[in-house]
Amino acid sequence: MMLLRYRGREGMLAWAFHRIAGVAIWAFVVLHVVDIYLVGGNPGAYNELLKIYASPIGRVLEAALGAALLYHALNGLRIILMDFWPALTRWHRELWYVSWGIFVIVGVPVGWIILKPIWEGVPR
Amino acid sequence: MSTRYSRVGRPRPAGRGLELAIWFMMRLTGLGLFVLALTHFMITHVLYDPAEQTASWIAQVRWSSLFWRVFDWLLLMLVLFHGFMGVRTVIVDYASGRARRVLVIGLYLIALVLFVLGTTVVTTLPVVPKA
Repeated sequence: MMLLRYRGREGMLAWAFHRIAGVAIWAFVVLHVVDIYLVGGNPGAYNELLKIYASPIGRVLEAALGAALLYHALNGLRIILMDFWPALTRWHRELWYVSWGIFVIVGVPVGWIILKPIWEGVPR
Repeated sequence: MSTRYSRVGRPRPAGRGLELAIWFMMRLTGLGLFVLALTHFMITHVLYDPAEQTASWIAQVRWSSLFWRVFDWLLLMLVLFHGFMGVRTVIVDYASGRARRVLVIGLYLIALVLFVLGTTVVTTLPVVPKA
């Protein structure tokens, strides 16, 4: 994969993931504001769409959305730290690994909770 | 002071103009979204399950208080700045000339539509007291 062969290594990957996650979150926000508008405008249509959100495919996409959101949030903090304390840029790689550590610690339990109804068969 | 060559986000623009203000606002709204967006996601995916979030649930539970309506509207405002200025940066990176202008104008139009839709529903959805 080109992304992994490129010489930029961690710094470049951190940037690429940040951008991909950001655009993905943006796309969901566009959908989400429209679907919430339907709560007032057409509740029946909203409730139909909600069934897709609660379906197995919907849950996988929500877990992916949560992962994008969490990565973008943590890496965004890393960016802010380095922008305002440039000396920290020296540790940009270590900071990236720390953000992945937090990502796993927070993300795995949350992902489990979102996905669990798929194999348990019943929504909570 | 910060290095022009950046390993991180968008390099801080030179000068004191609008672009620098947007650069600062991206970071400020980012911090706000760290709290608001993650809280919103936790409420809608951990505290509650998507399966129970019907239209009546939103009217009776989620938006039953002014606090949560203001919270979600503030979240929308931060997203409309952060998300749309972020995508603008992406457009400016990959498109130029006429294509860039058309895409950026289209982007702002989408933001305007979302502002109207989101503000309308959060301010007009009737509060239904929980039975």
